[in-house]
Amino acid sequence: MCAASYGKEIFVLAEHRKGELRDITFEILAKGRELAHKIDATLTAILLGYNTKSFADTLRDYASKVLWVDDERVQDFNAEVYQRILSHYIKERRPILTLIGHTAFGIDLAPSLATELDIPLVTDCIGLDFENGKLFAERQMYGGKVNARVELRESPSYIVTIRQAAFKAEEVKLKGEIVKVESTLTEEIAYRRFVEYVEAAVGEVDITQADVIVAVGRGIKERENIAIVEELANSIGGVLACSRPIVDAGWLPKDRQVGSSGKTVKPKLYIAVGISGAFQHITGIKGSDTIVAINKDPNAPIFNEADYGIVGDLFKVVPTLKDKIAELKSG
Amino acid sequence: MLTYSYAMSTAFQRIGEEVGMDIIVCIKRVPDTAEAAVIIDETEKGIKEERLSFDINESDNYALEEALLIKEKVGGSVTLVSVGKKEAEEVLRMGLAKGADTAIRLWDDKFMYSDAYATAKILATAIKDRKFDLILTGCIATDDGYSQVGPTLAELLGIPHATLVTHVEIKDNKVKVERELEGGLLEVVEIELPALFAIQTGINEPRYASIIGIKRAAQKEIQVMSLEELGLKDEDVGEYGSKIRLKKLFIPMVEKRAEILEGTPEEVSVKLTEILKGRGLV
Repeated sequence: MCAASYGKEIFVLAEHRKGELRDITFEILAKGRELAHKIDATLTAILLGYNTKSFADTLRDYASKVLWVDDERVQDFNAEVYQRILSHYIKERRPILTLIGHTAFGIDLAPSLATELDIPLVTDCIGLDFENGKLFAERQMYGGKVNARVELRESPSYIVTIRQAAFKAEEVKLKGEIVKVESTLTEEIAYRRFVEYVEAAVGEVDITQADVIVAVGRGIKERENIAIVEELANSIGGVLACSRPIVDAGWLPKDRQVGSSGKTVKPKLYIAVGISGAFQHITGIKGSDTIVAINKDPNAPIFNEADYGIVGDLFKVVPTLKDKIAELKSG
Repeated sequence: MLTYSYAMSTAFQRIGEEVGMDIIVCIKRVPDTAEAAVIIDETEKGIKEERLSFDINESDNYALEEALLIKEKVGGSVTLVSVGKKEAEEVLRMGLAKGADTAIRLWDDKFMYSDAYATAKILATAIKDRKFDLILTGCIATDDGYSQVGPTLAELLGIPHATLVTHVEIKDNKVKVERELEGGLLEVVEIELPALFAIQTGINEPRYASIIGIKRAAQKEIQVMSLEELGLKDEDVGEYGSKIRLKKLFIPMVEKRAEILEGTPEEVSVKLTEILKGRGLV
């Protein structure tokens, strides 16, 4: 349990979907490389898939080793199947750390995997470091309004899930070794079966193509109030979009939702009205040229992303702003 | 939102002795911080609660609604479980008012500082000897955001799970669920019961409690179970039973902050219009 017993390996789980390695894989490989360097460990990418030789070839540039399981039963993600195989290799090789993306994939997998192995897990991390033999993580709470530093109980092995875009991917050419290993899956897992992917329905408006977007969030309070934001959007020649709570409430259709589970937008101008700016929303607007935020909480995380901010009551600011823009346009 | 095939009634006879589903819903009382300022307290491990309102965690509310919809459709029972101090009874009672049958509160001062893993252990101990077909939880708590309790609980109970669930359809002895992936993509998976689903927001339209429901719920007894009654030991819970420890809360350092426009609504609107005009955006 002391520093001397550190396994000499860091695992990074490759995430892929529909024939593509996902960005998070390269982000956590970069973080894994940094930590492996610090504690003098080997960086090993774990790839579970079927007919994914090309992924293995790609991954070897980013890790010292690629453990590659080629099995039809892991063609698509399935938390239960992945757990069986990963727990086997974590028990066998005892990596000090296993990094997994905090994605729909990692959220489904990591907690039960860590529980089966009885090792510490910390989720959705934006910072991670070994300090004097202990592992510390930084993560967010209360919708990104507060950060927390947490310490993991000392253990020979840890699992950490990493937030998307928390770390930058880096181009390297390590030319690591590809090691094809057994899938270790003995029987069929009948109690959970992947059926299919369903693409999001296409809506009448494609917000991803808009130059100007005015987006409304929880601060609008009532469905009827959305009209004032829509009027602002009309006056400025933009399209109306929203954050998740508005879709959850059934006030606007899903195709208007901006964020990690909705659309990623890249307008010239994005005006966020009554949106506090939780990470899931921010992810979807990072490519905007100019971001304006109107929110009553001066500490709302949206102001850390915006170029211009108005701290105030949206019910007073939005109609006034609409009038000023209309005046400018008519003048 | 729910669709059920006719064949399901036999499925339930197979699962339980009677037709219907026994559903357990795990809920948490959390501060509503979405629209409020969050201030870190003197301990640097918590936030000041005086000026915050509290409610059922958002995705837990959708989980509760989903359980009530299933019960209305096929019969059975809905049992609410919450790990929390006395105040947690507010959300338990609201759940009873909406139509849940039973509510259990798990608390002992020794539970304080339990992490998601220890919390799941407490829940598992209370649930393991009960009869259930389905457990529903929210997929994330809006306060600490670990997204961990549901699938951890499933693993401790030895049942399959699915997280980020946006649709539940019970069909031919199995449950078909949709999971929300990134970018609007959905994943359809088939899972055998008993199972645990961590429910995503937006899956249904949570109801409001009726006045009669609230009155009726006020009369109901909420069972409270302590460490000893659950058969847990000191080392299972709290900081000892946890695998991670919160060291400190802090306001994040920001690389960049918006230029805040000051003034009356009129003044800031004029300023912003000028800026947008200057940048060729209007």
